[in-house]
Amino acid sequence: MEQLKTIGRELAMGSQGGAWAGQSKEFLDLVKSIGEARSKAEEDRIILREIESLRRRIAEPDVPRRRMKDYIIRLVYAEMLGHDASFGYIHAVKMTHDDSLPLKRTGYLAVTLFLNDDHDLIILIINTIQKDLRSDNYLVVCAALTAACKLINEETIPAVLPQVVDLLAHPKETVRKKAVMTLHRFYQRSPASVSHLISNFRKRLCDSDPGVMGATLCPLFDLITEDVNSYKDLVASFASILKQVAERKLPKTYDYHQMPAPFIQIKLLKILALLGSGDKQASGQVYNVLSDLFRKCETSSNIGNAVLYECICCVSSIYPNVKLMDAAIEATSKFLKACPSDSHNLKYMGIDALGRLIKINPDIAEEHQLAVIDCLEDPDDTLKRKTFELLYKMTKSSNVEVIVERMIDYLISIDDNHYKADIASRCVELAEQFAPSNQWFIQTMNKVFEHAGDLVNSRVAHNLMRLIAEGFGEDDEGADSQLRSSAVDSYLRILGEPKLPSLFLQVICWVLGEYGTADGKYTAAYIIGKLCDVTEAHLCNDTVKAYAISAIMKICAFEIAAGRKVEMLPECQSFLDELSASHSTDLQQRAYELQALLCLDSQAAGNVMPLDASCEDVEIDKDLSFLINFVQQSIEKGANPYLPESERLGMSGVSNFSSPYQQEASSHSLRFEAYELPKPSSIPVIPQPFISTSTTDLVLVPDTTYYRENNQASKLIVGPEASSADAGIKLRLDGVQKKWGKPTYSSSSSITTSVEKTTNGVVAHQDGIRSHSRDTTYDSRRQQPEVSVEKQRLAASLFGASASKTEKKATMAQKAPKGNSTNAEKSSVVRSVSPGTSKDKTAPPPDLLDFGEPVPTSAPTIDPFKELEGLIEPASALGPLYNTVKTGGDKAQDLMALHMDTPPSVSRTSLSLASEGTYSTDKSSYTEKPMIAVKKGPNLQDALHKDATARQVGVTPTGNNPNLFRDLLG
Amino acid sequence: MIHFVILLSRQGKVRLTKWYSPYQQKERATVIRELSGLILSRGPKLCNFVEWKGYKVVYRRYASLYFCMCIDQDDNELEILEIIHHFVEILDRYFGSVCELDLIFNFHKAYYILDEILIAGELQESSKKTVARLIAAQDTMVETAKEEAGSISNMISQAM
Repeated sequence: MEQLKTIGRELAMGSQGGAWAGQSKEFLDLVKSIGEARSKAEEDRIILREIESLRRRIAEPDVPRRRMKDYIIRLVYAEMLGHDASFGYIHAVKMTHDDSLPLKRTGYLAVTLFLNDDHDLIILIINTIQKDLRSDNYLVVCAALTAACKLINEETIPAVLPQVVDLLAHPKETVRKKAVMTLHRFYQRSPASVSHLISNFRKRLCDSDPGVMGATLCPLFDLITEDVNSYKDLVASFASILKQVAERKLPKTYDYHQMPAPFIQIKLLKILALLGSGDKQASGQVYNVLSDLFRKCETSSNIGNAVLYECICCVSSIYPNVKLMDAAIEATSKFLKACPSDSHNLKYMGIDALGRLIKINPDIAEEHQLAVIDCLEDPDDTLKRKTFELLYKMTKSSNVEVIVERMIDYLISIDDNHYKADIASRCVELAEQFAPSNQWFIQTMNKVFEHAGDLVNSRVAHNLMRLIAEGFGEDDEGADSQLRSSAVDSYLRILGEPKLPSLFLQVICWVLGEYGTADGKYTAAYIIGKLCDVTEAHLCNDTVKAYAISAIMKICAFEIAAGRKVEMLPECQSFLDELSASHSTDLQQRAYELQALLCLDSQAAGNVMPLDASCEDVEIDKDLSFLINFVQQSIEKGANPYLPESERLGMSGVSNFSSPYQQEASSHSLRFEAYELPKPSSIPVIPQPFISTSTTDLVLVPDTTYYRENNQASKLIVGPEASSADAGIKLRLDGVQKKWGKPTYSSSSSITTSVEKTTNGVVAHQDGIRSHSRDTTYDSRRQQPEVSVEKQRLAASLFGASASKTEKKATMAQKAPKGNSTNAEKSSVVRSVSPGTSKDKTAPPPDLLDFGEPVPTSAPTIDPFKELEGLIEPASALGPLYNTVKTGGDKAQDLMALHMDTPPSVSRTSLSLASEGTYSTDKSSYTEKPMIAVKKGPNLQDALHKDATARQVGVTPTGNNPNLFRDLLG
Repeated sequence: MIHFVILLSRQGKVRLTKWYSPYQQKERATVIRELSGLILSRGPKLCNFVEWKGYKVVYRRYASLYFCMCIDQDDNELEILEIIHHFVEILDRYFGSVCELDLIFNFHKAYYILDEILIAGELQESSKKTVARLIAAQDTMVETAKEEAGSISNMISQAM
């Protein structure tokens, strides 16, 4: 039966414009048997058998060319299914040399599918590509260009570059277009090798063919991304092209679902977004066309929304304009309030758009809080993640607790490691930036480490240790020690957990070693005991052991320094013994160091391991001054004095040069000092010595510019925290309004923020804000109370405890009627049937496929409901036949089913099922047939022909699978 | 940029793959396995996008066939969704109401069509008519080649 269907299909298609013609029976058999395979294992067996037979036959001498083509197509098929067909690559390469175009195309297709651009066989194709690029037949040239895109690598670009450049002026527009794209690919592979040809892209922008112009936008987009400033002159041209496209000046063939050339519009908008970014003048040229687009874009179709979304992106990127911002905000809220049927895609886009717009105006999030919370609660993971991204962007110190808590809950619930790591690092970032209290900070970090400890970057752990050691940059020692003891408390508690990530254990060991006994709450023996337990209870690696033994060493040293006696616990002794015999030399050394330390007196121990000195800089005596006495004595005793290498070689003159070098070096260090001086008033004093001593100083910047730099630097880099924050994780603060700063510099910071507010000029002032944000990283916590009242209110209403509850209620209330209406209007038919036909997997869920396409006007002639009535019975009786039904119906189902609205699709499914068993529905399908044939319009003859041939072999529409003949597109 | 195009059946069978960024055979298998697990399990009414390893995968289901395209973070998902539809419409025009079976038996034709729509991971032609004209021109070449071959074999048989 299955076979008959296939034959029928085969014949039917064979009569239709040769689409199915020219394939061997063997190939059809192979594909068919794969299609019928019930499991992956069976499929693998079939393919492996096929590969074996092909390996044999392809190597036979004098394989006819047509047959070879067939073999190669079968190899492509095998490779597509994930099997290795490398033995056939060389034959595919040979086939590209063939003179006949069909064979050559097959060869090119196979090599582009088989080979990556680093394959050794590429070199054998270069010559053919070169030859084909010069062919008179433009189809040959096209095939060669397509292959060149995929196969030519950096080394081989020069071999074909001249020909490709020549083809930019080819009379056929298709060739020009492909040549542009090939050149673009070359640019991506190796920008240097085509950098001299970039002007060609500008030229092609004026091509008479819109297709070539559209293709040229791809390379131009890349080029402009690299270097915006060289293309500012094109802003007007791009804007005018966009205007013309929007006004339907392009040929009708470029229309897509009633939109004029939307793909070109999108590309142009992307380019304009780049060019207008932070450039008031360039942006001004775009405003008009953008507002036109906002007006014209119809939001009923998917493609219209795609263009609209790109407009929003463009508005959020260019120099802000109030009117356009309003339009963008309006469009965004339309996305967010999208009607329920296909809302998810639009909501997703809306959330993304919102994330872009709040960079410019943080307040607009407020009116969409309901929609945002709605998306956060959504069962769709994709939407949820997008919403977390938005929340991340709008986190403030007032809502950080709620947001991070949500993130951690989500973090615990997923098992996608890639995303887990991502969201964990975001949690850490937000916690460091906005933590409301030390307690909270430590708890949050503990949770993150507990659940994603092995995924977060080790830098995060080091950062945490540093934070605990340094405190939050506050002068208040009490708060710091409180932070430390709360950390110690929580770690001692957490150590009871059965399984902890190694990175987290490292942090715990370090903190316990450094601060375990600091506040006197716990005895040294207790902490040491805990540390020994760590290494026993958790299967830990050498790194954790090293952290543990170092921690024990610190505690012992503190004890000895305080004059107390250290008693060696038995478990500690055995741990020590284990490490002294370890394979790791590092562990051994640490163990021996500890043993040596135990013998020291209190003063020495205190010097070796000073208390709470992890933040102190280790002073290195580069001149080894403490050895001077020793050297002096040795020389007195008759030892040879040390000579530098240069002197030993007899080049004593060199030493004369050393003094200017030294001077230069010292001026360097002086210069660093100047940068760090915070008060502008002191600047004029400092350069004076430079000027007087600058005879040898070649590096010194001319004074005037130096002043200016100095001025800026002193404003921007504030205090030592700046560098420490910089060394940590990169803080993404763009778009987050800065409210905090050191009181001393409040004037400068307030200027930045006020400017930002008045002009919305985040872009323009980005530099200032960014560098400013660095210094406020740690200060933010201290300055919390300064958060403006209005912001707090917004956050409270967004995510505050009381507000969120009412919001949720509201959402629920909103949701309920939504659900009802959906049921009522759409799927009640499907739902009511589904118990009976639930085994019928062929019914495509209509909503997924329906992207808001206009409902087809041609209504079905048969009443779907009647058919459904007849269907339920036979369908359940068909249970055992399910498998055959499924594969048969499944494959033959027209892919364009999505064009049908719900009722027709149900009716079609019912037909495919009913055809197996019931007569009554068969009849209806049969009666429908002529109508379909008539509907086919230009294909009428084909359809009739198809029908006739099929009947000859006994496959009739009343027979096995009427779906094979069904033309759904109408 | 589009990194790859994969056509999957509902049972997770691969119907077409096209890789615009370099992937080794092993990586390809992993990608397909991961994505089919990710996409086929998604219920209806959800987004047509999935975030995956720092990329985004846009998919759309037609009857029992999933068309998936992998794109960069900053690409426009809705646009890709329409590129998929553009591709399907052209397939439909070429095969005359395309169905999965057409693509199974003519996957190389589908490749040729895809090559006219996408090149190097970018959309190269947004006019259906232009694509159709080119494919038709290529098919005519095939036909003439066949006829020539036929006439030669006729001559040979006559001569014998």
